[in-house]
Amino acid sequence: MSFQRTQEKLKILADAAKYDVSCSSSGSKRANTNKGLGDATGMGICHSYTEDGRCVSLLKILLTNHCIFDCAYCVTRKSNDIKRAAFKVQEVVDLTINFYRRNYIEGLFLSSGIFKSADFTMERLVAVAKKLRLEENFNGYIHLKSIPGASDELMREAGLYADRLSVNIEIPTEAGLKKLAPDKKREDFIKPMVKVKNEIIQYKEEKKIIKSTPKFAPAGQSTQMIIGASGENDFQIMQTSNFFYKTYNLKRVYYSGYVPISYDHRLPQIGSAVPMLRENRLYQTDWLMRFYGFEVSEILNEQHQHLDLDVDPKLGWALRNLHEFPVDVNTADKHMLARIPGLGMKSVYKILNARRFRKLNWEHLKKIGVALNRAQYFMVCESNQFEKRDLTSEKIKGLILQNSKSKYQKTLSNQLNLFG
Amino acid sequence: MKDQNLMYDGTFDGFLSAVFYVFEHQLKAVTIQNEFVMQQGLFSEVEKVITDEAKATRVWKGIKSKLSSHGSYQLYYAFLSEQSGVEALLLDYIKYAFSKGTPVDKDYAHPSVLKIAQIAKSVGREKHRMEAFVRFRLTKDDVYFANIEPDFNVLPLIEKHFKRRYADQKWVIYDINRAYGLFYDLEKVEIVHMDFPANFDFSKTDDEFFAIQEFEFQKLWQDYFKATNIASRKNMKLHIRHVPKRYWKYLSEKQPN
Repeated sequence: MSFQRTQEKLKILADAAKYDVSCSSSGSKRANTNKGLGDATGMGICHSYTEDGRCVSLLKILLTNHCIFDCAYCVTRKSNDIKRAAFKVQEVVDLTINFYRRNYIEGLFLSSGIFKSADFTMERLVAVAKKLRLEENFNGYIHLKSIPGASDELMREAGLYADRLSVNIEIPTEAGLKKLAPDKKREDFIKPMVKVKNEIIQYKEEKKIIKSTPKFAPAGQSTQMIIGASGENDFQIMQTSNFFYKTYNLKRVYYSGYVPISYDHRLPQIGSAVPMLRENRLYQTDWLMRFYGFEVSEILNEQHQHLDLDVDPKLGWALRNLHEFPVDVNTADKHMLARIPGLGMKSVYKILNARRFRKLNWEHLKKIGVALNRAQYFMVCESNQFEKRDLTSEKIKGLILQNSKSKYQKTLSNQLNLFG
Repeated sequence: MKDQNLMYDGTFDGFLSAVFYVFEHQLKAVTIQNEFVMQQGLFSEVEKVITDEAKATRVWKGIKSKLSSHGSYQLYYAFLSEQSGVEALLLDYIKYAFSKGTPVDKDYAHPSVLKIAQIAKSVGREKHRMEAFVRFRLTKDDVYFANIEPDFNVLPLIEKHFKRRYADQKWVIYDINRAYGLFYDLEKVEIVHMDFPANFDFSKTDDEFFAIQEFEFQKLWQDYFKATNIASRKNMKLHIRHVPKRYWKYLSEKQPN
């Protein structure tokens, strides 16, 4: 490996890969066997964080940034005048192994621009993973990007060596995709997803009968959508998301606030702010749906198509559904506890455990770590100090906002700052 | 009744032996202190407890039968925090555990249960951070070497993780402050004490000690770290919350070029 050439390529191909959000390295079940290198069981580890606060857990690079497509939102698009580069298979293998040995990373996230054809590209991605597994006895995490349009046979092989597969649907609505990526068809994204889903099911079934059946994408598959590039609302985004979770058993859907990178009239102009708060609200909604027992329709529907920016979606839901409250923390079931604003799942489990020993009061709840600033208006406990005043939602919202310092206050404030 | 001070040798077995002593003599007003950090009270008596593995094992078995496995490892984690006064908390916790028929480790509304859970959580967090922030450097002897300075004594907690993960390379993780390390020789992990040359700089890589390609991979990693940042999303507050500054000096990506 020539250090200087690799260095040059790494700079280009890491820079181009950074807009892919996923860096997760958990959820696989690949144990170190025969004294090999690496272990991908249990929790993933973030080995570092970029200055923008995102986790670095995988070596995230493109195999090449040559691309035959011209999607408006993508830095790698054909018409963009940038330096191009391509790694050799062995270079990626060497980088991965040497970074892993130094405890810099949990493994590899390999994506690619599409050169020549989908199959030609996919074949090389698979070759990297295969070499890592078979020649280097590497048991770390490997996330491969499925190239839209790649053949079923290659997708099947990819799943045998990778822990996770993903294909980015990029734009939440079909109309948006048509506008920004006219060469791409939604079916092409869906096809590999269907294939992977079916293979996962099939391998799991076979494993029940034949123990030696190899693992197939043990950490499942994920996808990503760009937010704020094509004018869709939160209701549309979360509906799409929900559809993908339900239909293709996805492990994760990622939301990526659009970072303006081109002077295309169809897109937000360079210099316009990245919609980070909106992105954050979408993740919160996603969490409510996956871990808190909410149906998407409870949070977003025809009447309510946008997430509030000033309050989190759980608080927003509670304020619209005051008739469900107050909840008694000493008797309510898990489902209802999880719906109290300010209570995370960890607090919910602590409460469920602690209340077996004694009735809990405000003091207990505070010490356990409940965010009472929000929660107090929605619960009763072993105390007569509950404010039984009939507060309206507006009043409660006002009180909560008054006593909280949102990290996004600056973005939210629409007041003129005269002396700032 | 007079206060009694017990002194132990700083090891977990030593501490458990002291707990045995407390129960054996049914002591009420008692403090247990590590002999290396002991502050002598002027008029109080000090009793040195001899570490007795058999007694320690009996106490540990007793604790394990009274707590869930989660609870007993929380207790061990809290011990490794080495925080001043943690022995008193642990003793209180153990006494409470022995007084009840059912495991008490989920009784978060009890003061010492909550406190131990919180300390164990900080230790757990640092254990996890050490699994993340250890940076191995390849020495001329083909050993991957890392030095750390954790607030808590987490080496015993991270041994298994690294042994499982790096089964095919020799490595050392050295705790500079506590002056001991773990050495894996491709077979087993041993505790080692090392002398470092006077000119050895823990935060730098020197070609006197480290392999030539080591510099190249550090440089590649630094470049990667820089290239993967999105400037228009810069958020240093979040960055520092994730990577506290006290860890920076040994992180290769945080070294000035």
